[in-house]
Amino acid sequence: MLRQAVGGEREVEVPGSTVAEVLDNLYDAHPAVKAQLQSEDGELHRFVNVYLNDEDVRMLSWLDTPVSDRDRILILPAMAGG
Amino acid sequence: MASLSPPSAVQGVFTDLTKTIGETSLVELSGLSPNPDVRILAKLESENPTGSIKDRTALSLIEDAEARGLISPGDTIIEPTSGNTGIAMAMICRVRGYKLQAVMPENVTEERRQMLRLFGAQIIDSDGEFGSNGAVKLARTLSAERDIFMPFQYGNPANPRAHYDGTAAEIIRDCPDIDVFVAGLGTGGTLMGCSQRLKEFRDEIEVVAVEPLQGDPVSGLRSLEDGFVPPILDLERLDRKLLVTNRDSILMTRRLAEEEGIFAGVSSGGVFHVCTRLAETMDSGTIVGIVCDGGWKYLSTGIWTDDLDDVEDLLDRSLSW
Repeated sequence: MLRQAVGGEREVEVPGSTVAEVLDNLYDAHPAVKAQLQSEDGELHRFVNVYLNDEDVRMLSWLDTPVSDRDRILILPAMAGG
Repeated sequence: MASLSPPSAVQGVFTDLTKTIGETSLVELSGLSPNPDVRILAKLESENPTGSIKDRTALSLIEDAEARGLISPGDTIIEPTSGNTGIAMAMICRVRGYKLQAVMPENVTEERRQMLRLFGAQIIDSDGEFGSNGAVKLARTLSAERDIFMPFQYGNPANPRAHYDGTAAEIIRDCPDIDVFVAGLGTGGTLMGCSQRLKEFRDEIEVVAVEPLQGDPVSGLRSLEDGFVPPILDLERLDRKLLVTNRDSILMTRRLAEEEGIFAGVSSGGVFHVCTRLAETMDSGTIVGIVCDGGWKYLSTGIWTDDLDDVEDLLDRSLSW
């Protein structure tokens, strides 16, 4: 669903030194993404999980988590199992 | 190495199969650790009667409902599941005299369907594209429409309680020097119950959740409204949450069988992949990982026998956690 908002791309390259900066730059480049990821109060939707490489940033420093050049950020919907 | 507790006293005859749930073995995987100063131990939840940790969950859910007078023998129960909870609940329903309707994504392995059927459960298919989240949505609707009791493993405190009272208590008794606990994240029941108990025992114990990186056909939800966070899941109780690819999970599932003789399901492969990674970064200590289920229900996927790329592709399209 996010892919439609970035013109069908699977991966996009976005600058930024924190997760928040990367997301802001992503929103600037692809405004449709913002509506997909944020809830009405401007917070990241609770059903959205953001991973720095393979680690959930909610367990790191959340949106303040530092990001470097070669890092990969994954944005995925929360999925259950059981 | 510190000696582990001796086996419990002779147990005699169990009055029915549900009484055999729990009291699983903790086994050292000495060949798996990349660090000689870090022990990796496996808690074999595959020893439970239907072969998964979900026997604990299902028993706790049913006994809680019985204790609260919500169900009595002869009643029908409905529950959303990706398989293991449904199978466990179906067995317990057989023993206790209930009828079960299991709402399950259509893209789970055939073994899961067969096991549900052999225990007499009725299977209601949900859209595979929405994974377990789709099963949750459909079960909620049907439970309300048909006025059928739904234990609801994702929101019922009896789920984590099974692991607070059972799984974690056994780990503390058998291995009090545990430093890190690693388990798969599905409902959050195992992780929440164990985290609470382990941190009450020693607050420094690190609790690590492992999640599958689903393939595109499964994770390609159409809208965020299809996302789902189990109400029992409190992220504050987790220290880390890591994604693992199906490929890494398959490779470790194979290693568990080849090097340790442990026949486990693919999510356990993910758990022990993370255990070895953590061991590399630790100076010393003890990691306990959960073998969530045995490998029987995954034989048809060819995990141990087929070409790695083919199996990865198959798992990316199906639901195995």
